Amino acid sequence: MLYSEKVMDHFKNPRNVGEIKDADGIGEVGNAKCGDIMRMYIKVKNGIITDVKFMTFGCGSAIATSSMATELIKGKPIEQALEITNQAVVEALDGLPAYKLHCSVLAEEAIKAAIKDYYEKHHIPFDEKKYCAGDCACLHEHEAAHKPAKAKAEAKPAKAKAEAKSTKAKTKTATKTTTSSKKSTTNKNSKKSAKK
Amino acid sequence: MIYLDNAGTTRMDDSVLKAMLPYLGEQYGNASSLYTFGQKAREVVEEARKTVAKCLNAQEGEIIFTSGGSESDNQAIMSAARYGTLKGKKHIISSAFEHHAVLHTLKKLEKDGFEVTYLPVYENGIVRVEDLKKAIKKDTCLVTIMFANNEIGTIQPVAEIGKICREKGVIFHTDAVQAVGHVQIDVEKMHIDMLSLSAHKFHGPKGVGALYYRRGVPVYPLIEGGAQERNRRAGTENVAGIVGLATALELAIKEMPEANKRMTKLRDKLISELSKIPHSALNGDRKNRLANNFSMCFEGIEGESLLLSLDEHGICASSGSACTSGSLDPSHVLLAIGRPHEVAHGSLRLTLSKFNTEKEVDEVIKVVPKIVEYYRKMSPVWDELEKGERKHVI
Repeated sequence: MLYSEKVMDHFKNPRNVGEIKDADGIGEVGNAKCGDIMRMYIKVKNGIITDVKFMTFGCGSAIATSSMATELIKGKPIEQALEITNQAVVEALDGLPAYKLHCSVLAEEAIKAAIKDYYEKHHIPFDEKKYCAGDCACLHEHEAAHKPAKAKAEAKPAKAKAEAKSTKAKTKTATKTTTSSKKSTTNKNSKKSAKK
Repeated sequence: MIYLDNAGTTRMDDSVLKAMLPYLGEQYGNASSLYTFGQKAREVVEEARKTVAKCLNAQEGEIIFTSGGSESDNQAIMSAARYGTLKGKKHIISSAFEHHAVLHTLKKLEKDGFEVTYLPVYENGIVRVEDLKKAIKKDTCLVTIMFANNEIGTIQPVAEIGKICREKGVIFHTDAVQAVGHVQIDVEKMHIDMLSLSAHKFHGPKGVGALYYRRGVPVYPLIEGGAQERNRRAGTENVAGIVGLATALELAIKEMPEANKRMTKLRDKLISELSKIPHSALNGDRKNRLANNFSMCFEGIEGESLLLSLDEHGICASSGSACTSGSLDPSHVLLAIGRPHEVAHGSLRLTLSKFNTEKEVDEVIKVVPKIVEYYRKMSPVWDELEKGERKHVI
C-alpha cells in the first residue's frame, strides 16, 4: 500500500477544509511550481486556537498532512501549536513514504506561517528567526539555496497571502529566507521518519 | 474496475496466454539445445521471429528478442554511439520528450563526450523536420526520435524523418514502443534503421520485446555471454515470452483497423465531454495522436489526488504530476510542450484499449468533472485564479 490507513482516511475525509473569512491569521506555504501549496486559517481567542481551516493544492500526502495538522492544533494554545513538528504530523498519520516527507514539512511551516501572520496582524512582537517568511519554497529549493545570513537580511514580515500573489518573485526570496537551522531539523526528522 | 492506463501496460489477450502456456509447462526446452526437445523450442522462436518481421515488413535476420523496450532502446543507441565513435562521429539528434530509457542513455553518452541535440516539440507535441534538417551535421551518427509519445500520444513524422536520415546517411532509430500494434509500421517504406518494441503494450506479456535493425546497421551486444540472437544478445531465450509477443503482435495488427475505429470514437467522446470542464486543455495535437490517448490538464488541481479519487471509483489512470513521478518536477513531456509547472501538475492521462466499452467511458465522463470540482474547491491556487489574484493560463 502506498499510504497507511490513517493517511487514506485523512485524504478521503479531510478535516477542517475551507476558509475563515475573518481569520486572525492566514499562512500560505509552498509553491505551485513544486506541486504543493498549503494555506491555513486560524481564529485565536485568549491565546487559544479556537478554529482552524485549510486549503491545499497537492497530492494525497499534502491533503492528509494538512488535515492532520489542523486537528493537532485545534483547541490548543499557540505555544503548543508552535511546537508541532513535521515528525509529529507523520507519526500521527502512522508514517509516510520517504519521498513524501516534504509534505509534512510544509504542514509544520503552514502552522508557523499562520501564527506569524496572527502576530503581525495583532502587532505582537515575536522572534523572527523562528519563522520563515511565510512562503517557504519546496524542499529541493530549501536544500539548494538556503543561507542563514541572507535570511536575516532579506526576510521581510509580509502578509503570507499577499506573498502568494507573485509566486515567482517570492520563490527567489523564499529560498534565501528559509533558515538553514530548519534544515538540520528537517533532515533529522526525515531521517527519523524514513526509518519507519 | 475500469482500466484506462493501457499506455502503462495492457491486459494480455486470452489467445496470447493460451499460446504461451505450453512453454511455461511441458515444453520447457532450451532453444539452443541440440536434442529434439530443445529444437522444438528453437522452431517456435524462429517462427515468432518470422511473424514479427512480417508485421514490420522486415526480414527475419533483422529481428532480435530482448527483455523489453528499455533494453532495445539502450542497445540501439549504445550500438550507434559505439559505431559513431569508431568513425569519429559523436553527435546525436533526439527530441525533448523521449522516454527516459532513451533520455538517460543519451545523458550517459553526453558524459562520455557525445553532443546531443534535443529537437523541440512545440505546443502540438510534434517535431518539425525543418529543425531536423538544420540539426544534422557531418558528425551526426544517430537520430533517435520516438514514433508516438507515451504521455500525450502524438505521432511523429517518422517517414519524413527516415527519408532525410537516409539521404544524409545517418542511422535512424525510433522508440516505437507505444506505436507498434497501434499504427501501421513499414520499416522499409519509412526508411527506419532501428526500432524498439515491447510486448506488454499490445496485449502481450511483460518482460519481452524486440529490436529491429536493418541489415548492415551495426548492433553490438549489451549483454555479453552465449551466442544467442546471432551473438547480439546473450541469454537463454524467453521462449514463452517470445511466443506471446509474436502472437500478440499478429493479433493486434489483424484487429487494428476495427480496434482503432472503436477507440477513436471513445477517445473523442472523452475529449469532447471533458473539455467542457472550465480551464482544461488537451495536451498535444488533436489530430495526429494515437487512437487510444487522452491527455488533459485541469488548472488549479494536482494529479495524484485526482488519481487517488479515481481509484476510489475503481478507475485506473495516470498523470504527469511530480508526485506521481516520484520526482519534484512534473512530466518532462508536458514541460516540453510548454505547459507551466503548476498546470502540468494537474494532468490526467487516460489510455484506452480494445477492451474498454462506451459504458466505462460514460462512467468516467460522469465522475471526472465532480472530482475536479471537489479539488478545486479546496485549492488555494484555484481560489487565487478565480479571484483574479493569479492569471489563468488555460
